[in-house]
Amino acid sequence: MKLDGKAAIVGYHEYPHIRKFTGKRKFTLGQWADLTRLSLDDAGLEASDINGLVCTEIRETVSFTPATIVEYLGQPVNFAERVDLGGASPVGMVWRAAAAIELGLADVVVCALPGQPIPSNPNPGPVDPRRYFQSSSVNWGSPQAEFEIPYGNLAQNCGYAMIAQRYAAEYDYDPRAMAKIVVDQRRSGALNPNAVFYGKPVSIDDVLASKLVADPLRMLEIVMPVAGGAAVIVASEDVAKRCKHRPVWIKGFGEHLTMKTPTYAEDLCRSPVGPASSKAFEMADVARSDIDACEIYDCYTITVLLTLEDAGFCEKGEGMEFIRSHDLSCFGDFPVNSHGGQLGMGQGGGAGGMTQVIEGARQIMGRADQRQLSRCDHVYVSGTGGIMSEQAALILKGD
Amino acid sequence: MDLTKPYPAPTQETEPFWQGLRNEQVLLQRCDDCGKWIFYPRSNCPSCLSTKLTWHQVSGEGTLYTFTVTRQATAPHFVDEVPQLIAMIDLNEGVRLTSTLVARESDDLKVGAKVVPVFDHVNDEVTLLRYRLA
Repeated sequence: MKLDGKAAIVGYHEYPHIRKFTGKRKFTLGQWADLTRLSLDDAGLEASDINGLVCTEIRETVSFTPATIVEYLGQPVNFAERVDLGGASPVGMVWRAAAAIELGLADVVVCALPGQPIPSNPNPGPVDPRRYFQSSSVNWGSPQAEFEIPYGNLAQNCGYAMIAQRYAAEYDYDPRAMAKIVVDQRRSGALNPNAVFYGKPVSIDDVLASKLVADPLRMLEIVMPVAGGAAVIVASEDVAKRCKHRPVWIKGFGEHLTMKTPTYAEDLCRSPVGPASSKAFEMADVARSDIDACEIYDCYTITVLLTLEDAGFCEKGEGMEFIRSHDLSCFGDFPVNSHGGQLGMGQGGGAGGMTQVIEGARQIMGRADQRQLSRCDHVYVSGTGGIMSEQAALILKGD
Repeated sequence: MDLTKPYPAPTQETEPFWQGLRNEQVLLQRCDDCGKWIFYPRSNCPSCLSTKLTWHQVSGEGTLYTFTVTRQATAPHFVDEVPQLIAMIDLNEGVRLTSTLVARESDDLKVGAKVVPVFDHVNDEVTLLRYRLA
């Protein structure tokens, strides 16, 4: 089973990332509608063209999410899906949209991820436990409620820190190389007007001087939460031909899930993005050496390091040397996160990973302005959910 | 804001494990069909999905697979435990579990170190399985 590569990203919209949102607040349903409108405009399509959608959770309902969105948009669809892969959801949404299009279920599919705050509820109920325990479940019977949370092993920082600590014990670990990931990405991010760190590059010393959060990870190696939100339109070949921009063909994908809590990973230093990426490259019939840009999900520096290794851009254990010997910025010989990544843009909640998909599309369309790569025909995109527990990869291609 | 410590609430599958800890014993399930050790406790073997699982007492000893020292609490409920020494322990039987180290940050904490159980009776109902360097 493979994609024929005949579905394309034809338009997108990305809300500028803002540390403290002061604009008019909309419900997630309203943001969905707004992102849909703006990304359709970008493609040169109309609301009535939509016949498919892929969503994640929204704040206004716990279930029947796609139907709720369809009703709000007023657009009936032939294909609807809710994806639940954490930070890997954007990549998961895009390949599902492409697969549905190739199966003939739909020809214009919107994938949107609201990421701005919603209006304050004048009648708030009890505090949602997720406010404290984030992505760790405290429900009775949840393995995390019983075997993780009582020991304080919850949320993201400590899990990623333990992965980095294990890597450091098994392989070469160079804090300056880890900091260089941030420095190179922030150099690109400084040129991205949608980035929270627009105009704010950093040095290796700045990263190493930022406070330790969970050994060995420092503050600037961790994404900053921001208000954001993004959407892409995926369309069939026929529709893509009449859209405004160079089509961004979805040539290959892969997805791999292994666990929820990293304690139960067989080998913490070999992440699920390995098998996901192998599948994507094989399906696309594209070599690693063909890739012009990597847009790698970067919740933490360690995620970038492991993805470079596990996706096959360098050997296991050689990541530090790879980073030391390449310029990862948009001006470099091996561009990684030419938009700044989430380390440079900030993380707009679940929409964070869509910045990677959009930058891949933007570079292939030739719309990256000062960050535009001189040649960009093949892009590798990764998505990471949980604590490297569920990962996905895409290969995008321009004609 | 309810900041009571989030202690475990045992289920029908897990109660023997927690009862064991109250008695200062580490009990693990083992699959009668494929022989694999299992953690955390569950109704089906995660190697072969068999339901023929039997509890066995083990030493609880193991090695430090990885750890971190948190500089800010992972949730407000753990502010009094900062710096938290959160760890993953490889038991000698080949299963891995989450725990915390009863140690000081200045101790010689190294991945691969031998560790032994510490039974922390946090209240009448709950005993947590913590670890210290052997």
